[in-house]
Amino acid sequence: MARIEAEVGKPKGGLMKWIDDRFPFTETLKYHATEYYASKNFNFWYVFGVLAFVVLAIQIVTGLFLTMNYKPSAAEAFASVEYIMRDVEWGWLIRYLHSTGASFFFIVVYLHMFRAMLYGSYKKPRELIWIIGMLIFFVLMAEAFAGYLLPWGQMSYWGAQVIISLFGAVPVVGEAIVELIRGDYSISDITLNRFFALHVIALPLALIGLVFVHIVALHEVGSNNPDGVEIKEHKGADGIPLDGIAFHPYHTSKDLVAIIIFLMIFSAVVFFAPDMGGYFLEHANFEPANLRATPEHIAPVWYFTPFYAILRAVPDKLWGAILMAGAVLLPVFLPWLDRSRVKSIRYRGWIYKLSLTTFAISFLILGWLGTQPADGVYVLAARIFSILYFAFFLLMPYYTAIDKTKPVPERVVYHG
Amino acid sequence: MSNAKVYAKITTIIITLFSMSAFAASGGADLAESGIDPGNISSLQRGARNFMNYCSGCHSAKYVRYKTIGKYLGLSEAQLIDNLMFNAEKSFESINVAMRPDDAARWFGTAPPDMSLMARSKGADYIYNFLKGFYIDSDSPTGVDNLVLEGTSMPHVLWNLQGFQKAIFSEHEDEHGNANLHFDGFEPVTAGSMDAEDYDEFVRDTTNFLAYIAEPVRSDRRKLGVWVLMFLIFFLIISSMLKKQIWKDVK
Repeated sequence: MARIEAEVGKPKGGLMKWIDDRFPFTETLKYHATEYYASKNFNFWYVFGVLAFVVLAIQIVTGLFLTMNYKPSAAEAFASVEYIMRDVEWGWLIRYLHSTGASFFFIVVYLHMFRAMLYGSYKKPRELIWIIGMLIFFVLMAEAFAGYLLPWGQMSYWGAQVIISLFGAVPVVGEAIVELIRGDYSISDITLNRFFALHVIALPLALIGLVFVHIVALHEVGSNNPDGVEIKEHKGADGIPLDGIAFHPYHTSKDLVAIIIFLMIFSAVVFFAPDMGGYFLEHANFEPANLRATPEHIAPVWYFTPFYAILRAVPDKLWGAILMAGAVLLPVFLPWLDRSRVKSIRYRGWIYKLSLTTFAISFLILGWLGTQPADGVYVLAARIFSILYFAFFLLMPYYTAIDKTKPVPERVVYHG
Repeated sequence: MSNAKVYAKITTIIITLFSMSAFAASGGADLAESGIDPGNISSLQRGARNFMNYCSGCHSAKYVRYKTIGKYLGLSEAQLIDNLMFNAEKSFESINVAMRPDDAARWFGTAPPDMSLMARSKGADYIYNFLKGFYIDSDSPTGVDNLVLEGTSMPHVLWNLQGFQKAIFSEHEDEHGNANLHFDGFEPVTAGSMDAEDYDEFVRDTTNFLAYIAEPVRSDRRKLGVWVLMFLIFFLIISSMLKKQIWKDVK
């Protein structure tokens, strides 16, 4: 009743009032869009959050239509994908959108995470946003891994074989865990069925839930910006941050431009290079899964290869698996590893700039090494860059503490 | 950040993505380029004829329907039935073989693989080089081996067209003193009904057809892609104008 009384006197009536008396529709819209204030100096790096959201939408819609025609059985899966590609009306487009979307999801999310590292978006008070984001990343990896088994091609099968067998490296209970994941003594129809269930129900639900929480947490604290200045510290008489502009219509109209540019790149791949030369759709995956023929060269899809390279850089299977898991988990602790007084790279010293550049280059080279055979000089290179990868995180408390920082301005820098 | 900077960054990303794909494409063994032209309909028609006459006895293309082929290759129902459908009654049927896979495995050592996706899994160049790569090998049960797929169980089914050839290898010692066989070239032994140039054309047409059936929608998607990009460019202009208008009062 309190709300209904509070709303009295507002020049509002009709359907909107009827709804608002029963559900905080206008209030929610204001809180998250028309009266959510974010810094006006967002640059190129700030589009990847909204782009990740766009890709999520593409994946859910195309995934829905793929599910209508796909058969999750070892005997029929491969043929049903070809049926979608050849006989279902627009099936090829839906499938290419989905397969390209998977790769672009990782491109966009990696760039989104790199943005956070550039401008210290994980630092206080945004630690929880970062942790929720990392959880999204873990669920996304599981989602992509489960989805990659579904076409039931050679690489689906043998890639899953390699990754699942990693759990076998765990002492004592390893084999039991592996059997629990597969539901069988080898990857089979049973494994395909449960991966399908995870891919279309459990993991997408978790993903959507986490994305919701990620955004709620962000809108509570407010967005960071390329200067790493808290815009809420300088508010006008109306209580609105002086450097803030409403998410809608300002940021939405800017994001729309970014979304269209993104869709142009995305469409260029979908329509002109959907295989991406074997990186987005691997050549060997156009052969149906064959238990008796191991492909010459097994490599996971490109977005897992940096971690795969770390795994192979270690001669021992258990330690390789531990280090790989460590490489994936370590970024979670960034808010506490980073001791710098400033957030943005603009006001950090040369040590952090050099470290972040080295890290980014190491990550890219590890990604490339993960697609190459693991012998000779490649293994040596993988070891060197793995060390650099870990050094970025483990030495961070020291080098960020001694790094000389520049004075941070009171307000954000904006040149109209 | 200025617009020019943003575009420079976007261009960098696009170039990086495409150079990635170019790198992957160059990763194969030293195969000669097939030189196929997917837009050449008569080459595809000849390729379809070649495949049906020489390959489809043993190799299925079970995901490919005759109807699909007819549509893109401009062949009528009657033309399909008279010229291509030796093993089917209705044009919606797909290209199957009568031979049972386990029989085939017993006779040949391994069942002849399905050809629907061969050009996507192995590449068109692989098929082109494979069909030209048979040479006499008296140790093999089929009398031939293949330069591209050593120890293949496939006989040289096109021998009456190409004739038989032998492969010339020379031994070289590398810097570690190990003997390496180096392939120097083929030398014809018996002539076939075609000269080298005609056989090359024959193989290229067949490869072209196999590349087509691996992704029949390829030309459609590229055509549609142009329209999609044109629409997005138009939409980009509108949205940039909208953004500029809305941001006018942001100082």
